[in-house]
Amino acid sequence: MSPEKYPDGDMDEARPAVALRRRDFLKTLGGGLIVVATLSLDGEELLQEQARRGGQSAPADFNAYLRVGEDGRVTCYTGKIEQGQGAMTVLPLMLAEELEVAPASVDMVLGDTDLCPYDGGTVGSQCVRIFGPLLRAAAAEARVVLVEMASEKLQVPVERLRVKDGMVFDSAKPGTKVTYAQLVQGKKIERHASAKPALKAPADFKVMGRPAARRDARDKATGRAKYAGDIRVPGMLYACILRPPAHGAKLKTVDASAAEAVAGVRVVRDGDLVAALHELPDAALAAVAKIKAEYDPSLSLLDDVNIYDHLVKNAAPGRAVAQGGDLAEGVKLAATTVESTFLNGYVAHASMETHTALVEPKDGKATAWVSTQAPFRAKEDVASAFGIPSKDVHVIEPYVGGGFGGKSGNPQAVQAAKLAKITGRPVQVFRTRADEFFLDTFRPAAVVNIKSGLSAEGKIVFWDYEVLFAGERSSQQFYAIPHHRTVVRGDTFGSGGAAGAHPFGTGAWRGPGSNTNIFARESFIDILAAKAGIDPVEFRLLNLSDERMKRVVRIGADKFGWKPAKGPSGRGFGFACADYLGTYLSAAAEVAVDKATGKVKVVRMLCAHDSGVAVNPAGTVLQIEGCFTMGLGAAFTEEVHFKNGEVKDLNFDTYQIPRFSWLPKIEAALVDSPGVPISGAGEPAITITQAVLANAVFDACGARLYRLPMTPERIRAALPK
Amino acid sequence: MVEPIPFRLNGKSVRPAVDEDRMLLWVLRTELGLTGAKYGCGEGFCGTCTVLVDGEPVRSCQAPVKSVRGKDVLTIEGLERDGRLHPLQEAFIKHEAMQCGFCTSGMILTAYALLAKNPKPTEKDVRDGLEDNLCRCGTHTRVIQAVLAAASEMKTAVNK
Repeated sequence: MSPEKYPDGDMDEARPAVALRRRDFLKTLGGGLIVVATLSLDGEELLQEQARRGGQSAPADFNAYLRVGEDGRVTCYTGKIEQGQGAMTVLPLMLAEELEVAPASVDMVLGDTDLCPYDGGTVGSQCVRIFGPLLRAAAAEARVVLVEMASEKLQVPVERLRVKDGMVFDSAKPGTKVTYAQLVQGKKIERHASAKPALKAPADFKVMGRPAARRDARDKATGRAKYAGDIRVPGMLYACILRPPAHGAKLKTVDASAAEAVAGVRVVRDGDLVAALHELPDAALAAVAKIKAEYDPSLSLLDDVNIYDHLVKNAAPGRAVAQGGDLAEGVKLAATTVESTFLNGYVAHASMETHTALVEPKDGKATAWVSTQAPFRAKEDVASAFGIPSKDVHVIEPYVGGGFGGKSGNPQAVQAAKLAKITGRPVQVFRTRADEFFLDTFRPAAVVNIKSGLSAEGKIVFWDYEVLFAGERSSQQFYAIPHHRTVVRGDTFGSGGAAGAHPFGTGAWRGPGSNTNIFARESFIDILAAKAGIDPVEFRLLNLSDERMKRVVRIGADKFGWKPAKGPSGRGFGFACADYLGTYLSAAAEVAVDKATGKVKVVRMLCAHDSGVAVNPAGTVLQIEGCFTMGLGAAFTEEVHFKNGEVKDLNFDTYQIPRFSWLPKIEAALVDSPGVPISGAGEPAITITQAVLANAVFDACGARLYRLPMTPERIRAALPK
Repeated sequence: MVEPIPFRLNGKSVRPAVDEDRMLLWVLRTELGLTGAKYGCGEGFCGTCTVLVDGEPVRSCQAPVKSVRGKDVLTIEGLERDGRLHPLQEAFIKHEAMQCGFCTSGMILTAYALLAKNPKPTEKDVRDGLEDNLCRCGTHTRVIQAVLAAASEMKTAVNK
């Protein structure tokens, strides 16, 4: 499989290779055993990392660090961050499993660029899927070293030693034992694992696969959790940035006199960056509102209605990412041919925490607290904005109040760094909600064209799929279709690419383009099932050969209590299945549609979810609930309205995100597939939500929706006449 | 010369000498050093800045500090007593009723006011009471469970 251009919403251009500062890291630590697992990436992982770096060579090695301290506590250093998805709870389970310690004895240091190994960003469901195996390898290596040390100390051959709960003992004489703490006492040992150590088989897991309680729950329930906006340093100023009226509007003149007349206000202009600063955040907010600025109007003629024609005209020819058989042959085999086009609008991340960053300059160096999914990118960004080497920037990662892909870039950190340099003071930049909507990197609007045909027996005989601007992920169908082709066209992310397709920045949004691809494909599969007069679940099973997918389909249907019926049955039952970066899943939903108003009530939803092993099943279930709930917005209400560069939705009054009254009953069925690579859970279930709900709406009332979101007006318009 | 504005904050008297038209949220987060109430939308739509004023949930981003003169203000930092968490906080932890946590303070305080008025809420009561508190992570199911569990716990505690 070839890599996507920007697999994880990296909107940045090629970055300089980041020097791995392993030596510096090791110097800063105290005694104990420090293990640096250096592992070569291979296959897809390496390609993805190269893609992330704009085609530059990836570093030859990747690192996971851990330290077994003289007090017996284990510290895990990772560049991954906690944005609510549960990374700080699930990663120590993987470490504890291989090191044979209690998870409670593992402390986490996340996203501190002075202490943690380089990381490309907490994106793309990679914590468990890609970083997890590295961390397990480091822990396994540490266990090997400790057993060797114990062998020497106890004078017992390695083969006879066993490990449990941070203790090495003689299997022949269990009384002969030594703890990890005793082994590392008074020592400072550095070990460097370079081969891939043997990892435990799922059958031997004692920690992984058992529910673990969130580590951040107490901090968050008491208000003690600190986010970037909660950090205070002496002498700091708060800064609000002047927001242009429209994307593409060019700043002409600035009159800051009214703002500067307010005591304590300073207005800074640096190119297009105009900011009001004050020692109080609300005074900075009030001051920025007093700045009078003139702009040349935006030249954009695009709006949320004409955008689709524009996208079609501006999509590059594209490339086939999958093909097999011969489409012309397939067409000949078809008894029935169907062709459809699906549309999906721009959606906003709308994290509850807006982008925030504090940069504190000191002695030619800088410390930064940034709400970011990518602290190591923030380090480079701050360094370059401040004009100092990146080694002189220390990024400290507070809790992040939701990211969903929207905090992969760090424009607010760049602004804070510039303002800190100009003023010589620590500066905290925070966005208003309107700034956050306006400056968001929206999930791109997209178009999918599908043409397919059925044999008389209800088998899909050909599949011709073309996606514009939703990217490759989840575009490839997994049904047993003899003649097929999948073509991907148009930039997924970035400011629009050479064609300038999008009128504003776009980027990854929880399960990026998979939301669009799965909505289109699984809606279309339902259309085919209805054409064939076959129950949607039976139709899928008839056309699937992948046994793992068939299993997750059957489990989903069984747990839901699915009874076969041709669609539309009037019951309001919908079904869909999908794969997302290694996770297989199916979803079933029940909805009620009020035909008079077009309003939908979602009654219940179920997800059968196979991520190989659910490392923390409690976390997986919470992610499924979160994905389904968040996905209700993308299904029914969320669409960014815009015209001529102006973003019309600037707060939660018009941009409606899910509320308590929308909530269906949500169930999760976790399915294990021991032996397959373990994959993530933070995104898969949202990517299937729009599809399963569209199919349920069709089953309820016969309205087939080809465009998201499924607003009441669109549902009424789609009702059979 | 600004006059101090006296009010009770988490049971203690405070007299911040600030412009009386400043919003309570910013006074709490700066002068008074309590950052549990968050800026989420600035217009009262989201509820992350919710605090209780004389027991009523108030959007502190919309409440001038003069409006709490002489009143009792309760923030998330004031729920803990002698190192013991409030049953709502315990229930939020137990039911993992948070992900990113940015809305959590507002959720807990809104629920606190709800339970004070209605100690035996139905699930629908809880949904209705929290309808205007937004959560982007989709933790709603757990929040409902936590509030119902806390109500049950508090009822038991009262009956003991």
